[in-house]
Amino acid sequence: MSSSSQIAETWISSFCSILGHEYFAEVSEDFIEDDFNLTGLQSQVPMYKEALEMILDVEPEDDDDDLTDEEDISVSDDMLDNGDRGAAKPDDPYRRSSASRRHQHMRLASDLSVIEASAELLYGLIHQRYITSRPGIQQMAEKYELQHFGVCPRVHCAAAKVLPVGTSDTPGVDTVKLFCPSCLDIYTPPNSRFQSVDGAYFGTTFGCLFFMTYPEVEVGKMLRVPPVLPAAANTIAGNGGAADPANLSSGNWLASQEPTQINGIAASNLAPGLGPGKTYSPRIYGFRVSERSRAGPRMTWLRSRPTDLSELDEVAVYIRDDSEEEGSEIEEDEGGLTEPGRGKSRGGSGGRGVLEYDGYWNSGMGRDGWGS
Amino acid sequence: MEDFNSETDSDYTSYWRDWFISSRGNEYFCEIDEDYLTDRFNLTGLNTEVEYYQYALDLVTDVFDLDCDDDMRERIEKSARQLYGLVHARYIVTTRGLAKMVDKFKKGEFGKCPRVMCDQHPLLPMGQSDIPNVSSVKLYCAKCEDLYNPKSTRHAAVDGAYFGTSFHNILFQVFPQLVPLKSTRRYEPKSFGFRVHAYAALQRWQDDKRDEMRIRLRRAGVDSGFEEDDDEDFDEPDEVDMDAENLDNPLNDPRVNRTTV
Repeated sequence: MSSSSQIAETWISSFCSILGHEYFAEVSEDFIEDDFNLTGLQSQVPMYKEALEMILDVEPEDDDDDLTDEEDISVSDDMLDNGDRGAAKPDDPYRRSSASRRHQHMRLASDLSVIEASAELLYGLIHQRYITSRPGIQQMAEKYELQHFGVCPRVHCAAAKVLPVGTSDTPGVDTVKLFCPSCLDIYTPPNSRFQSVDGAYFGTTFGCLFFMTYPEVEVGKMLRVPPVLPAAANTIAGNGGAADPANLSSGNWLASQEPTQINGIAASNLAPGLGPGKTYSPRIYGFRVSERSRAGPRMTWLRSRPTDLSELDEVAVYIRDDSEEEGSEIEEDEGGLTEPGRGKSRGGSGGRGVLEYDGYWNSGMGRDGWGS
Repeated sequence: MEDFNSETDSDYTSYWRDWFISSRGNEYFCEIDEDYLTDRFNLTGLNTEVEYYQYALDLVTDVFDLDCDDDMRERIEKSARQLYGLVHARYIVTTRGLAKMVDKFKKGEFGKCPRVMCDQHPLLPMGQSDIPNVSSVKLYCAKCEDLYNPKSTRHAAVDGAYFGTSFHNILFQVFPQLVPLKSTRRYEPKSFGFRVHAYAALQRWQDDKRDEMRIRLRRAGVDSGFEEDDDEDFDEPDEVDMDAENLDNPLNDPRVNRTTV
């Protein structure tokens, strides 16, 4: 009953082969036919039933066939009844009546274009869910490997492969964008034909979920130029991930000198396109433009990355700061108002505290090194 | 191409240059003034860089009248393009050259920044090296201060040295009013609405670098030029906000004290 047995081109495959729809994966009919996957879509898509029929290449059913059949569909959309799945089967002989053919013609004349638009919307919304499912993400992984989504336009990302994402999960908000895992930024697709593809059809989740699903995908394959490494960078980023066999066996030069894992992902996969040596610093006749110039650099932070990745292990930094703070009481008087609150907020948000303490932390490093 | 010899005596003096800047792939070039090209001072040192220098110069200035075979002509043609490019790199940092490039920049003729958060900010061409044949032309976005590859592959054949490493920075020094407001807006990778820890930790670290820079600049009395300057998005540490007068004297800043403990 799935499309694999059909020889004629399905609506789905023809939709995906339209110019500009290159980013789409072909959603399997099994996925669409599982009503659970369609939860809530009925209220978002006009002419939902017809659109679904069009996607599944089902002959539109006859209204005067009988009313129960119609009810079946609407009930199934509400996921109340499991027994009615057959209602949407393309090879249901019941639906291939000549009566339905006649009816189809009437419908064609009236609102085919509306249904077509609805079908596209419905397919897009199903697609958003499908590519976060196991078969869907696998299909997208193949497309990613084949570079179907293109590469990052940023020079220092050295043509890292990108993924299509949306900035919103609501249709009609924004068009599809490309997420580069190497610089953690999003870009407009180079070709204007993608300006008509809705970003919601890919969704906000897919980009991240993809790299969480495939942590072994090498994000910065083309970026194998060793930057200047700090002399002392022991691995404090524990996480127990020090022995990642894949990383070590691949002869990753990073593995020996940096924490192999940081905050749950391989260190070599955390924004490899950023950091020293991969940022642009403006120069005039070889001299760097000062930050204090009115036209000086202001955006270096956006492309920066610590040389020593363990700075990003906020828990370790917090523990370290905390113990140092106990040792010195000099600051107590300084910001009497804010000191206690700061301590709390660090514990609570886990982020701000580290940020506040960064300057301190650096100076501590310079003075003591790691171990003390 | 072949019939330009007959044109050399006409009033239409910029024939070769017209053809050059209007040919496909050379959209980023502007036209160099005749005066500039004929002033030998501006060409200092190029005779060692370019083969058939004299012929190439004649060709560029439309006074070429050597009778030679196609092979030779092809080589001179190539040299002329290289010469034009190298002079171009010098010309576009002059007042007139800058003005021409600013015109093209304002019209967006160099393309728009592909970065979503830059909102289609116009780009400027630049090179990563001033030496020819090192790398192709790249595009600089003044809003995110990063380099991008041109969309079209035909521009990948244009040498970056024909624009140089300094031009776009000089342009913003000369026309500081063209420097766009910077934005702290950024893309936050999220999964099911949750930020991903590894990415979020890096972004917090980066944001901290930004805030450090803004504090540094504020102390130096320099406008940091961010859209969000009026402190909504600016996560400066509370104590700095509260005793603003302390900023004048860095020693009064608790942050400084903390680092010098």
